[in-house]
Amino acid sequence: MTAADGARASVREDPAVPTVPRIVACPDGPIVVRGDVEIVDDRGRPVPRRRRTVALCRCGGTTIPPYCDGTHKANGFSTAGC
Amino acid sequence: MTATVPAGLRTGMARPQPRGPLGALVWGALDRRPDEVDEEVRAALVTAARTAVASGDLLADDDVQLTLFVLYELHYRGVAGVDDAWEWDADLLRARGVLEAAFEEALRDRVEVPADVAADGRSVADALFALTAPGPGPSVARYVGRRADDDQLHEFLVHRSVYQLKEADPHTWAIPRLAGHAKAALVEIQADEYGGGTPGRMHSELFARTMHGAGLDATFGAYVDRVPAVTLAGVNAMSLFGLHRRLRGAIAGHLAAFEMTSSLPNRLYGDGFRRHGYGTATTEYFDEHVEADAVHEQIAARDLAGGLAEHEPELLPDILFGAAACLYLDDLVGEHVLGAWERGESSLRPAAAAARRAG
Ligand code: FES
Repeated sequence: MTAADGARASVREDPAVPTVPRIVACPDGPIVVRGDVEIVDDRGRPVPRRRRTVALCRCGGTTIPPYCDGTHKANGFSTAGC
Repeated sequence: MTATVPAGLRTGMARPQPRGPLGALVWGALDRRPDEVDEEVRAALVTAARTAVASGDLLADDDVQLTLFVLYELHYRGVAGVDDAWEWDADLLRARGVLEAAFEEALRDRVEVPADVAADGRSVADALFALTAPGPGPSVARYVGRRADDDQLHEFLVHRSVYQLKEADPHTWAIPRLAGHAKAALVEIQADEYGGGTPGRMHSELFARTMHGAGLDATFGAYVDRVPAVTLAGVNAMSLFGLHRRLRGAIAGHLAAFEMTSSLPNRLYGDGFRRHGYGTATTEYFDEHVEADAVHEQIAARDLAGGLAEHEPELLPDILFGAAACLYLDDLVGEHVLGAWERGESSLRPAAAAARRAG
């Protein structure tokens, strides 16, 4: 197997069925949530969700919690030690 | 039931005033049906295009950039009074090809592309995040957020209107040209751009509401006569990358860079309009982009650009070129606008000049 084949295989391993919710931990960034997941606040009230795929802040710096607003790029947030 | 398409979107863009001999010749041809235009005029189109690109700074050339903008519009929603058959007229395309070749060459000459990036998703995303990292220097976003007066806010919207009223369209050309992971990523982003199927949530319509909120005409192309070449060049680059399958790497990279430089500036744009007392209907476009583009940038960098580099590693240099070109052109517009504003001048072409040529 060549290196290029290996790279392609890693892409092919994605589950093909989108009905399973999928959470992607983005390096140095937010947590991207795809699929049917209920997002609620600490009292169980649904958080308004305006799009199918959302990014949840994990740097703590966002101005639109719980969603990411890109602030992690300006505040030096790093997931290197996570 | 009344039509749901806003009046300004029903017909093609109103034809702007030509800005030089090339535009005058092209408009003259477009006034007629293709089968009414003789060989002599057809040959002259190509000759005029060659002359227009022979000298000067193409990215700041009003005649070249406006002509390209109008020729590209034939592929989008058309130009009022221009026969649809012109879209695929071989001689007109040949003339456009002359402009495009010179435009692409100018961009490749001037845009610095990162080297030594490995063609795997993680490396490509890292390279793009490094390329688009927010800098400390002056920016239109910071100026709009903190200092711009009301006239400057209007100018800002006028510059933006030549793209944002058809937001996402140039990148949509790439969908049938991609496959697999990258295609799915692009569709995911574009579906959100087009409001997830709700017309009123389409980003182009949110921008129209912002323009209305500021008392501006939200008809596509209403202000093209006021917009300088450098702003048109930014939109033309998207059309160039989007309309050529050969450049599918560049349009993917362009979208990634565009999304990756959007969330933080849009917060500042919104601040600028709030500072002047505009309400949420006017700022919704910016607020929407703060949240949406923080999602899109992750998808665009990792799944679209990264996924494409993994599927088609030979496209990696163009992916990075498209991203760097997006940033380069954005900087040129920024320098132009901030330069004018710092001098206390308008960043737009004078209304009087446009009107005089119309007479
Ligand atoms: S993770 Fe993006 S703003 Fe916190």
